[in-house]
Amino acid sequence: MKTLTDNLQSEGMARRQFLRYAGTGAAVMAGVLTMASCSKDHSATVVNDHVDLGSGDIAILNYAYALEQLEAAFYTQVAATPYSGITTYESALLTDIRDHEVAHREFFKAALAGNAIPGLTPNFSTINFTDRTSVLGAAKAFEDLGVSAYNGAGYMIKDVNYLALAGKIVSVEARHASLIRNLIAPGSFADSTVIDANGLDGAKSPQQVVPIANTYLSGKKILAPSLGIF
Amino acid sequence: MNLFNVIDEIQQVDPEFQDRISPRRDAIKNMSSFGTKIAVAALPFAFTTLFRKAYGQTATSSVNDVLNFALTLEYLEAYFYNQGLAQANLIPAGDKGYFTTVAGHENAHVAFLKSVLGSAAVTSPTFDLTAKGTFADVLTNYNTYLAVAETFEDTGVRAYKGQAGNLLGNQVVLTAALQIHAVEARHASAIRYLRASKGVSIKPWISGSATVFNDTGIAAVNASYAGENNTVQGGVDITTLNAVSGKTSITAAIEAFDEPLDKASVLAIVSPFIKAS
Repeated sequence: MKTLTDNLQSEGMARRQFLRYAGTGAAVMAGVLTMASCSKDHSATVVNDHVDLGSGDIAILNYAYALEQLEAAFYTQVAATPYSGITTYESALLTDIRDHEVAHREFFKAALAGNAIPGLTPNFSTINFTDRTSVLGAAKAFEDLGVSAYNGAGYMIKDVNYLALAGKIVSVEARHASLIRNLIAPGSFADSTVIDANGLDGAKSPQQVVPIANTYLSGKKILAPSLGIF
Repeated sequence: MNLFNVIDEIQQVDPEFQDRISPRRDAIKNMSSFGTKIAVAALPFAFTTLFRKAYGQTATSSVNDVLNFALTLEYLEAYFYNQGLAQANLIPAGDKGYFTTVAGHENAHVAFLKSVLGSAAVTSPTFDLTAKGTFADVLTNYNTYLAVAETFEDTGVRAYKGQAGNLLGNQVVLTAALQIHAVEARHASAIRYLRASKGVSIKPWISGSATVFNDTGIAAVNASYAGENNTVQGGVDITTLNAVSGKTSITAAIEAFDEPLDKASVLAIVSPFIKAS
């Protein structure tokens, strides 16, 4: 059985250079090594029971599309079956957010065209849509996650036009996150649970985000070998 | 400046360079997270200084230009919030927490950007928060203060967004800029939320219509909202896309995307707040 070092050398990848592409955790590193021989450049495909995001900028756009699908589905459910005691003000704001996420989702679908992943099937069984705390807690988690996902993937984008579009969306997600947090606890819009000592918002890698997103999917889960997600 | 390309070039000359700037074990943690002050302190942010000391080279100025532009805006915001909190009777007790939070972030942004820029950091201008009298009661009238705060935050978001392209592919600096940009958007949303709680018809997101691009109700800040009622993104007319029922409304199309603003336009907006030296 080849050792870790042997695999690295046989693939022509010096360990120092490899670290440039390291995400987090030894499990990811081991995964990349075993898949390193796969050089097929693929666009988004359905592989067995998974959905592959593709490679390059397509993968990043599909990544965003996947997250927007989840958010759009969530808020569509929220608007369709509002929680007990929802106020007129809250209803108006949450309906707005739904419309934004649907617009984001449809935008990515249109922009990706033939390269788009299929529609994903959400699994919101852990959320109690009749309960304000459960719904707003989930909304906060989705929004904070979405912001950190865009922030963490931005540098991977090669086309400046795609970066510009991602930039236009992420600030709206941050506005959502801020509002949801203020609804839960006034003034908590950007507290130390999400903003660090330098005043920076979250930035998570696709390797960190996709497993979380996958917990909200039933049926086909997301994978993206090009982003180190297996 | 792409950090990895630069490190590669130096690596050819000095194979141990990566180890000296960041031991390999720390490199993984540092590259994946800006999360803590410790991680930031461990990272060699003053790249220009690093290069000059070790190899007598100079880095490009474009990244520093972006960072100094950001720093100038952060100086203004920090001063604005520090001054507001220092007024005895401006901010109501119930709202103080919001402004303490925001001020804390702006001050942290100033410190962070100065640490990244090192000796290349610009110093703070002297500010006139009334903008030559346009907002004469900004520090005595809370409604005015809220309105100016809202505009500062919305404009700050546009300014950072407008610079992202200059940082394309730059893992370290672009990520940091995006992380700050998101915080400013949270601020903007929260200030709008406060204004709404005072009875102003305003949403956490920038709204509008086919004819209205400035949703603040204050004509004096029109320049900060120019183009915000755009509904075409990447060649796609958002109003032609399916909504939950029918097609996406103009309002939703406008609200769903925030627009960038170029540096010259931002500086034109900000210059009345800067005292001529």
